[in-house]
Amino acid sequence: MSAKLKWLLPIAGAALMALTSVAIAKDITLSFYYPIAVGGPIPKIIDGYVADFEKENPGITIKAIYAGTYQDTLVKALTAFKSGEPPDVAVLLSTDMFTLIDEDAIAPFDDLLKTDADKAWAKSFYPAFMANSQTGGKIWGIPFQRSTIVMYWNKDAFKAAGLDPDKAPDTWDELVANGKKLVQREASGNVSQWAIEIPSSGFPYWLFQGLTTANDVQLMNAAGTQTAFDKPGVTGALQFWVDLNKKDSIHPPGVIEWGTTPKDFFEKKTAMIWTTTGNLTNVRKNAPFPFGVAMLPAHQGRGSPTGGGNFYFFKKMSDDERAAAFKFVKWMTTPERAADWGIQTGYVAVRPDAWDTDAMKKYVADFPAAAVARDQLKYAVAELSTHDNQRVTKALNDGIQAALTGTKTPEQAMKDAQAEAVRILRSYQ
Amino acid sequence: MMHGPEPAALVSVAATPPPRLQFSAQIHGWLLLLPAAVLLVTFTHYPAVATIIDSFFSTPKGRRAAVFVGADNYQAMLGDPVFWRALGNNIVYAASVIPLTIALSLAMAIWVNGKIAGRPFLRLSFFTPTVLPMIAVANIWLFFYAPGYGLLDQMLGLFGIPAHNWLGSQSTALLCLIAVAVWKDAGFFMIFYLAALQQMSPQLAEAAAIEGAGRWYVFRRITFPLLMPTTLFVLINAIINSFRLIDHIVVMTQGGPDNTTALLLFYIYEVGFKFWDTAYAATLTVVLLALLAIVALGQFLILDRRIHYQ
Repeated sequence: MSAKLKWLLPIAGAALMALTSVAIAKDITLSFYYPIAVGGPIPKIIDGYVADFEKENPGITIKAIYAGTYQDTLVKALTAFKSGEPPDVAVLLSTDMFTLIDEDAIAPFDDLLKTDADKAWAKSFYPAFMANSQTGGKIWGIPFQRSTIVMYWNKDAFKAAGLDPDKAPDTWDELVANGKKLVQREASGNVSQWAIEIPSSGFPYWLFQGLTTANDVQLMNAAGTQTAFDKPGVTGALQFWVDLNKKDSIHPPGVIEWGTTPKDFFEKKTAMIWTTTGNLTNVRKNAPFPFGVAMLPAHQGRGSPTGGGNFYFFKKMSDDERAAAFKFVKWMTTPERAADWGIQTGYVAVRPDAWDTDAMKKYVADFPAAAVARDQLKYAVAELSTHDNQRVTKALNDGIQAALTGTKTPEQAMKDAQAEAVRILRSYQ
Repeated sequence: MMHGPEPAALVSVAATPPPRLQFSAQIHGWLLLLPAAVLLVTFTHYPAVATIIDSFFSTPKGRRAAVFVGADNYQAMLGDPVFWRALGNNIVYAASVIPLTIALSLAMAIWVNGKIAGRPFLRLSFFTPTVLPMIAVANIWLFFYAPGYGLLDQMLGLFGIPAHNWLGSQSTALLCLIAVAVWKDAGFFMIFYLAALQQMSPQLAEAAAIEGAGRWYVFRRITFPLLMPTTLFVLINAIINSFRLIDHIVVMTQGGPDNTTALLLFYIYEVGFKFWDTAYAATLTVVLLALLAIVALGQFLILDRRIHYQ
């Protein structure tokens, strides 16, 4: 290159950069995978949010793709990732964090948090929800559609049993004592109404955590490399669950189907059920009797695991795309939107200030049960999540079901589950 | 074999020039085979071969690429109690579903082939389960089996039999799934038997009746042997279905309680797409492939000879 032209280079370079950055800022398209796990017109709500966001942020297009259940969405996102075309943003289970990290599929949010406002935003969520969203000192997920377990009770059944219809059992002892009054037996010995159902099909570990947390034990460490399934507190919690049927006869035998549990409640086959806050709207619409919503009963302590989905950023995004995706996630989690999302779906609004918005205040005043989940968050713990998560979880699920169906004692079941978990996790130590 | 050596065939043809006609007939033949061959290779043969190769490698994870591990995956499989459980379950499942489905479909076909009132309605009602998607069927049956207020318990309650947690106890869960599978498939196979029965000449039965043969004798010595080609077809399909259809498990039990209802393909799905252990899933798939191949070979080599085709 001749010396004469050399001075032109920086100018040309700058012009080119300006041009390309303008060009990129003009048309960023992000793909966004999301699952549906509760009833209601979720795609319509999401599409509405996306349209509003695009209107406020010209130049960014969000391709929102409904991808099925959580499991379907994970399968689609990971297979797309393995074939080299991952989605940019996805809502996936908070418990899939370690799986996604191990697959080297997602990027942490930390380097995006440059301004004080951004740092404050990252701290604005309930700590209970963040427990499943960070590991190794990094934030990998942003809470979006999150839930906890609560107890629903039939006020008519309580009244008929001579109990205070406005007060749910607050401890394990009260649960058993009240339960014995609530069970109704026919002359033949056939039970026409059980006191309580804790579902145990599919993902019993989640409901089991409602018992272990109350028994003041944690199932795993924060790094997701160790489990404690054979601790006495865990075995004791499982023994309590088994005894609800075997000893106290207030809980039906065997494994209880998750999907039909609300129906059992509506049909008055059981006076109390444990299920997700996500069922709140369903119960409100379909229960033919007055019902109450309560925190899970306490024992040594109190608490419930959290559940539900987080926003994740997949790798392979350019810096501009990441900036746009970050903008989108921040927009989706403002207090107003978190409140609106919670009201429309039954999920727990993910940040405390969402509950101070006018819309949410009005909703809670109308329907106080909605606030129970929020109040329980103080006591909430992270949902079971480890490396090779689904495999470790299955070991625990199998153990719980073996104990509930009576093929193993709780001690034996938890000892086996722990041995299997240790075997699976040995390569992560 | 069939689709591999296309260029080689052309070369050999060119080396010893045959009559023009034969050459173009060869090309013609290959061209006719090509679309089917391409589809088969892409979606059946290549995946099968790739699965066998993958089963000798480790699962790639993140930045760790797959490495050759020899028979490690197979060794791990032999020591995996869930695999043996799933295999055992699948054998029990197949051994119950297949004969029950065939017997029921044959009985239904003979019944609706006779001259009875409301025949079209009966045929329709037998066939309906086939038309419904398995996912929908499983969701309906989930409530049939619901303890206490489910259809099954309500019916048994009339006879004073107490409520039972059908899907939630280890002794009955697999039986419940077997019942759904039989109910779902029997109507479909009935159609084939019905078609075969209507092809059959009524003279045979009439001649036998004149000779004084009873109805059971006619069925055993005439009808059933003549239905053998249909039975073989139904048998193959029933076997394939018993290893292939797992939608109802996903909806109704997810393999529980404690793997009582885990079938082989369900376990493969779990390992492949929940645990993301693709290499081990490939290993399990090889077992399934081998199992089906053995069954198919047995059917074609042994049964085929004993069947009378018209």
